[in-house]
Amino acid sequence: MTAVRERVWTTVCALSELLPGRGVAALLPDGRQVAVFRPGDRTEEVYGLSNVDPFSGAAVLSRGVVGDLRGVPVVASPMHKQHFDLRTGVCVEDGEVSVVVFPVRVHDGEVQVGSP
Amino acid sequence: MNRLVVIGNGMAGHRLVRALRDRDPAGSWRVDVLAEEPHPAYDRVALTSYVDDWDFDRLVLDPVDLASVHLGDPVRTIDRAAHTVTTASGAVYGYDALVLATGSYPFVPPIPGHDLPGCHVYRTIDDLDGIRAAAGRIGVGRRSALVVGGGLLGLEAAKALRDLGLSPHVVEMAPRLMPLQVDEGGGGLLRRLIAELDVTVHTGASTQAIAEERGRLLATLSNGTELDVDLVVFSAGVRPRDELARSTGLAVGERGGVVVDGGCRTSDPSVYAVGECACVDGRVYGLVAPGYAMAEVVADRLLGGSAAFPGADTSTKLKLLGVDVASFGDAHAATEGALEVVFHDAVAGSYKKVVVSDDARTLLGGVLVGDASAYPTLRALVGAEVPGDPAALIAPAGSGGAVGIAALPPSAQVCSCNAVTRGAIDEAIGAGCADVACVKKCTTAGTGCGSCLPALKQLLAVAGVAQSTALCEHFGQRRVDLFEILRATGIRTFSELIERHGTGRGCDICKPAVASMLASLGAGHVLDGEQAALQDTNDHFLANIQRNGTYSVVPRIPGGEITPAKLLVIAEVARDFGLYTKITGGQRIDLFGATVDQLPLIWRRLVDAGFESGHAYGKALRTVKSCVGTTWCRYGVQDSVGMAVELELRYRGLRSPHKVKAAVSGCARECAEARSKDFGVIATETGWNLYVGGNGGFTPRHAELLVSDVDSAMLVRLIDRFLMFYVRTADRLQRTAAWIEAMDGGIDRLREVIVDDSLGICAELEAAMELHVESYADEWSGVLEDPAKLARFRSFVNAPGVPDPTVSFREERGQRVPVSLGMPGGGR
Repeated sequence: MTAVRERVWTTVCALSELLPGRGVAALLPDGRQVAVFRPGDRTEEVYGLSNVDPFSGAAVLSRGVVGDLRGVPVVASPMHKQHFDLRTGVCVEDGEVSVVVFPVRVHDGEVQVGSP
Repeated sequence: MNRLVVIGNGMAGHRLVRALRDRDPAGSWRVDVLAEEPHPAYDRVALTSYVDDWDFDRLVLDPVDLASVHLGDPVRTIDRAAHTVTTASGAVYGYDALVLATGSYPFVPPIPGHDLPGCHVYRTIDDLDGIRAAAGRIGVGRRSALVVGGGLLGLEAAKALRDLGLSPHVVEMAPRLMPLQVDEGGGGLLRRLIAELDVTVHTGASTQAIAEERGRLLATLSNGTELDVDLVVFSAGVRPRDELARSTGLAVGERGGVVVDGGCRTSDPSVYAVGECACVDGRVYGLVAPGYAMAEVVADRLLGGSAAFPGADTSTKLKLLGVDVASFGDAHAATEGALEVVFHDAVAGSYKKVVVSDDARTLLGGVLVGDASAYPTLRALVGAEVPGDPAALIAPAGSGGAVGIAALPPSAQVCSCNAVTRGAIDEAIGAGCADVACVKKCTTAGTGCGSCLPALKQLLAVAGVAQSTALCEHFGQRRVDLFEILRATGIRTFSELIERHGTGRGCDICKPAVASMLASLGAGHVLDGEQAALQDTNDHFLANIQRNGTYSVVPRIPGGEITPAKLLVIAEVARDFGLYTKITGGQRIDLFGATVDQLPLIWRRLVDAGFESGHAYGKALRTVKSCVGTTWCRYGVQDSVGMAVELELRYRGLRSPHKVKAAVSGCARECAEARSKDFGVIATETGWNLYVGGNGGFTPRHAELLVSDVDSAMLVRLIDRFLMFYVRTADRLQRTAAWIEAMDGGIDRLREVIVDDSLGICAELEAAMELHVESYADEWSGVLEDPAKLARFRSFVNAPGVPDPTVSFREERGQRVPVSLGMPGGGR
């Protein structure tokens, strides 16, 4: 038997509040922090990762520089500069380490985060 | 315990004691060093640089532990039967082994008038102090000096005299300058290059007499020339100090010097001699390297070894009055049948000669004047087979013929200071060394005189270690190229730059680097428009991120000078926001533990009280530290606080490839530690000395003297040029020390560009700095005045005002500190 749960979407901000090439942090109702990134100015391209940097334990990933490495969209941790794949949460420098990925969508000009 | 007495505290004597202590940590020898000079052992090779700043301490050699050094008490007699020596003060020292390291004395030709007041020699610190005092007594107007002897030391003396503001005449008996090191062709070019530097050269002439005339000295030369000068310096060679050896009956050489065998032992088995007083195989060496080699031999012998003097490499490379001169191996083609190949470019001012064996297959030696860049490779090739046409060894660069370093055999010595072969360097590269710094560390090559550093770089390239200069995967250009592109094209956005000159979207390397360059080019507030997205977190929030994700705040306190009222404001802000406070090394106050939301509230209070951003978060000018100078200090000779405040206010906000730290000291006591800064200013009686390229940190460096005794206006202009040249041409994250080191020609090259204006860019550099000064605006005021920028200072985009719940504090020594997040090694 499979339990099917409806995914819950939480609106965090307007798309216009996301600076292209940067991220913001949002606080989910359950207390978790998600870092929402908008790598460029294309509206549909947004990503969500846990805001907590697994190397330092600090909730800072949303404040990292966003870019790409060999075509892979990444954020660089502002603490010690490890890169995380925005699509999978996997650390580029250490494949054993990854952060939780949150689904993110743009709906009617609003950015919404779903439960992972 | 065995007793060792060393007579002489020069470079060879000092090296011997050091080598003995290094090899014999247990201390089986008790060591007494008996010195004639009253000063601790110093670097006599660098004697001429004493004129740059008159800072003797800089020349002092590191003292050796566990050796008793008795200064200013020369030995008068040696009693070999009793194994004792007696000094001028009457002290008697017994010895089991005695080492003569008495050095040499300057030869003064016995011409009439050689002992008149105003006649000097050039050998010791006291000699230079004497010359300085004499030069100081000469009135203004025509000031000139005569240097007797045009060898290496004579040209050094000419430089010192020129730096003292005298016009030197150099008289050399041989038909050319530096007759021992260079040949006729090289000597000719050397003469021409030196004559361009206000030095008058008279070759093929000797000084016949010196007479006093109306308070000046009149020198008569053998060619009839009469020179009217203010002072005379004799530098006509040196003679070994062997008088003690003679008086105690030790064998001396035909032309002087204490005769020693291959183990540096004299005719008495318990007496050794090292350095310039020793005569090995009939030869006396006036260079430091053979002296060091002898010292190492004796240290080994004293500990029971059987080392022997390997013979001396008399190769030399030096810069005389800014002219490169190198001489190596059989420079004069004395070997039978030797052939010479010469390349002389009089226009470019470069003379190169190699000497090869009669079959043109073995390199024997050579001479380089004007351009000595080939020296490390050629010297290492001496004795090795010439790869192909000997002419290719000295063919001009770019002609396709020049022999690369690839031709060196593994046995060739690349670093002669530390005897490191190409084989050893290749091995280090093979073991993973990927840059010059690593090769230096692993092999010690390049840690002496540094002349082989270009060779190390080339060996890395030959080994296929890619020294990519690309900024990152998005830009193939170097930082300096991108800077020029931005300047030339007027592009002022990252998106346009990467679209036209790069690939992809950029990364955490190129984005902040380009943001820094845009800031240097006056592109407005660092958080304007898309620039905000490029900034590293520190520049994005204009504060320094700390380990728990909070930030620290550093208001600018120019020169470290602050009023009690402003101190109170900082104290109140810290108290009200619960911030941990600490005094920084740059004479300001760091406030820790602020969340993103608190930053604008904190800065509102600080800006209202007249504070502005201290740029502690940026790759930018940080502080200009100072001592209190003439305002309070009884030793101060200039207003160091005033100058530090002026400089800090002038350069505040300047973005640079890396952080820039500075300091101003009010006197030579140097309480502001200016020589550990990127630029450091030290007051002199008449102005300021400017030092550049210092830093603390992982690889500490002392700043080097760029100019001395300049007035305040000139000082500021030179710093303008220095900083703007650095901002434009350094690599990303390259401090000034590494930038200068990487420059072809180092500090001398830098001096050519920003002091002598050899590239003709100084006016433009000054104008660019003037633009920076005029357009400066406080970054934090800019944020507080702009609601759009202020809006970014919130922990959560969907919950303004809610602090980050992961941040918590505990108390330590009365202040709040972060609770450790306790996730070492990274969790999932």
